[in-house]
Amino acid sequence: MFRFIVRRLLQLIPTLFGLSILLFIWLRRLPGGPETAILGERGTPEMRAAIRRNLGLDEPILIQYGRFVRRMVRLDLGTSISTKREVTTEFLQRFPGTVELTVTAMVIAIGIGIPLGYLAARRRGRFLDHASVGGSLIGICIPVFFLAYVLKAIFSENLGWFPSSGRQDPTIGATRITNFFVLDGLMTREWDAAADALWHLVLPGLALASIPLAIIVRITRASVLEVLNEDFVRTAEAKGLTENVVRRRHVLRNAMLPVVTSIGLLTGGLLSGAVLTETVFAFSGIGAFLAEAINQRDYPVLMGFIMIIAVVYVLVNLIVDLSYSLIDPRVRVR
Amino acid sequence: MRASRPKVAIAAVAAAALAVAGCAESDREGSSGSSNETLVFGVAGDPKVLDPSFASDGESLRVARQVFETLVRPEEGGTKVSPGLAESWEPDAAGTTWTFKLRSGVKFHDGTDFNAEAVCTNFDRWYNAKGLMQSPDVTAYWQDIMGGFAANEDDTLPESLFKSCTATDATTVSLAFTRVSSKIPAALMLPSFSIHSPKALQEHDASNVTGSADDIKYPAYATEHPTGTGPFKFKSWDVPNKTLTLERNEDYWGDKAKLKSLIFRTISDENARKQALRSGDIQGYDLVGPADVEPLKGEGFNVLTRPAFNILYLAINQKGNPKLADIKVRQALAHAINRQALVDSKLPPGAQVAVNFFPETVEGWNGDVTKYDYDVEKAKSLLAEAGASDLTLRFHYPTEVTRPYMPNPKDLFELVSADLQAAGIKIEPIPLKWSPDYLNATTSGSAHDLHFLGWTGDYGDGYNFIGTFFDRQKDEWGFNNPALFEKFKQADTTADQAAKVALYKEINADIMNFLPGVPISHAPPAIVFGKDVTGVKASPLTDERFSTAEFKS
Repeated sequence: MFRFIVRRLLQLIPTLFGLSILLFIWLRRLPGGPETAILGERGTPEMRAAIRRNLGLDEPILIQYGRFVRRMVRLDLGTSISTKREVTTEFLQRFPGTVELTVTAMVIAIGIGIPLGYLAARRRGRFLDHASVGGSLIGICIPVFFLAYVLKAIFSENLGWFPSSGRQDPTIGATRITNFFVLDGLMTREWDAAADALWHLVLPGLALASIPLAIIVRITRASVLEVLNEDFVRTAEAKGLTENVVRRRHVLRNAMLPVVTSIGLLTGGLLSGAVLTETVFAFSGIGAFLAEAINQRDYPVLMGFIMIIAVVYVLVNLIVDLSYSLIDPRVRVR
Repeated sequence: MRASRPKVAIAAVAAAALAVAGCAESDREGSSGSSNETLVFGVAGDPKVLDPSFASDGESLRVARQVFETLVRPEEGGTKVSPGLAESWEPDAAGTTWTFKLRSGVKFHDGTDFNAEAVCTNFDRWYNAKGLMQSPDVTAYWQDIMGGFAANEDDTLPESLFKSCTATDATTVSLAFTRVSSKIPAALMLPSFSIHSPKALQEHDASNVTGSADDIKYPAYATEHPTGTGPFKFKSWDVPNKTLTLERNEDYWGDKAKLKSLIFRTISDENARKQALRSGDIQGYDLVGPADVEPLKGEGFNVLTRPAFNILYLAINQKGNPKLADIKVRQALAHAINRQALVDSKLPPGAQVAVNFFPETVEGWNGDVTKYDYDVEKAKSLLAEAGASDLTLRFHYPTEVTRPYMPNPKDLFELVSADLQAAGIKIEPIPLKWSPDYLNATTSGSAHDLHFLGWTGDYGDGYNFIGTFFDRQKDEWGFNNPALFEKFKQADTTADQAAKVALYKEINADIMNFLPGVPISHAPPAIVFGKDVTGVKASPLTDERFSTAEFKS
């Protein structure tokens, strides 16, 4: 087990190098540069040239890349060109927001998706089945930003139940420790701050949950259906075990493997893809910041964030792989 | 029986959610509703830095304008130079030394006194900038106005316009310049020339910009300790929550702020700002979409329209296409465009067709210039005369952007290109993403013929508009007109205000004869406040004073 983990982590090194080379070349090949974003309409050719020179962008790409690697091995990701704050700081201030949002979305998706998928499978061909399958199709098809607007229009603008944007009411004046706002609120016993942060997560969490929820419903349903047809389930039912026991021990446990795999992939996808939801809800996470960084050609932020996200992605998948062995003892990691 | 458990579970989750909801809801109302003295204002982007000496983006400058003050400032709601920390000012006979009489009894937020010494400390700090502080992205405005530094480390930097600062007594300070410049004193209204507390500057090592050229790091002063004399004091910057909080300066020398605290909250998406206002999360926001102005007014929100202090123009690049160097072709383009129709249908109420490349409120505006009325037949015959009846033009327009002078680039492009096509010109549309592709392509003079661009003025001086465009050969326009460039130099170095204004009038007439591009319109940008918020006056320079904002009881 330990060796398995170490090997997976060592595999990260060549992956990161390969990724960094591709990313570096791709970014430098994009038209324009940070100087245009920095100066806007104001830039004289002289000022533009001076900024490029100062940033070392006039040097050969190999030298620039060498400088980046020298920094990276020291775990120094440099400074954002546009905000002049360290890339690591920027990441640590924003990533917790995306994690909170992703976790909320996944809790909603899993909490509703698995029971719904299971019920749909057990009542195959009946109303609930048709409703959830049809509903999941809609969930997959509706663009997230559209759903986000609709949710906001109804629950925020009209009914006023939820805040329309942000991570926390700024007038609360909460203490920041980890930048996980809910956690910070609990740690400092600022209950109102924690509740407010949680409350800010509901609408964006729902919007972001729509696609994974739909996928989880479908995969659970398909997987449960398959298991229900297995001989051992029929045997178990024939033995006279209660439905509860059959469900927990036999059906769900066996049906969960593909579901867990997809949850891992979906979570990784959400972590890196919450751009639209974050933008619509003015939610301060890495998604919206990355989108901005691309517009600004903020090379250090793009390189740094994507490198870190790659590492996180690998870690999430590692956890998923490890959880297999917990769910199904037949799958042992070597 | 089967479904009982899930039902119970769902009911339990719903109940828990409602409980949390009730609690959070009451907290929210409790904290923001108890005192009507906190205004949350939605802005489109995070400020970049809190030391305005290093800032050139609008959001940083907006914060600076509440925390800091400058020697002179724009009159409220206008562009004219009016008293700030200086009560009066005058140039010497040569026009190179300006003496400012300072306000007394002013204190910085750290309790120290504001005086002539403090002013000199600030100017000396900027002038003696070394190392990374000379980088153009750190001191953009200083370089824009003053050129260079005491000791230029980069050979391409020009000589500094600023020469020295002398404190005659506590309330008298003289600024000496190397030559006469039309930018003085108007440019000193820029927040980049805000006066900081010398004590705070020193305590927090404010000039210690470290790192390397490609890895600039600001000192803590620039992100945590901005210390000025303004009506608001800096309290906190919660980067993860995208909010910046200011609080009332109880020791302010003038009328104290009516708000106890002022929070700037970043909501980059325009629609999200509108929804936040409607749902009561914020009590105002900037960069209102032109299409939202009337609906928001109708709903009872306080929509303020800033006097237009910008210009949208159609640039003609003479370098990209030799035919465009023919004045007849450029005149044909100007006659072909129905600017009035464009202003009436695509710009917010109050927009005007441009006669010069700057708005009427700037001194030197000249109504008596060559005008190019909408006349398709004339355009066609001019093209025929120039032997350019089969003209094809590559027309750049930006996407994914809204600028104050250009609310909807694609609509504008479609109208203008339809007009040009009606005059027999073939159009090859080239849409590009605003940042950085579009700016890069249009300002670096790539192979293009026409493009839209514009400008919002920094201060009320003609040079800030037309000088920026036409004072020398630029890639954006691709023409070389030494006579025009020479007149700019003359205007910039004319000390006598009346003579200077006369020169700008002449230059405006010259420009409209030479027709490097077509000035299209001046559009008034809007800013909105909640139904119960009053007291703010819209400023053409976006210099809104939040200290006068208050909630109607």
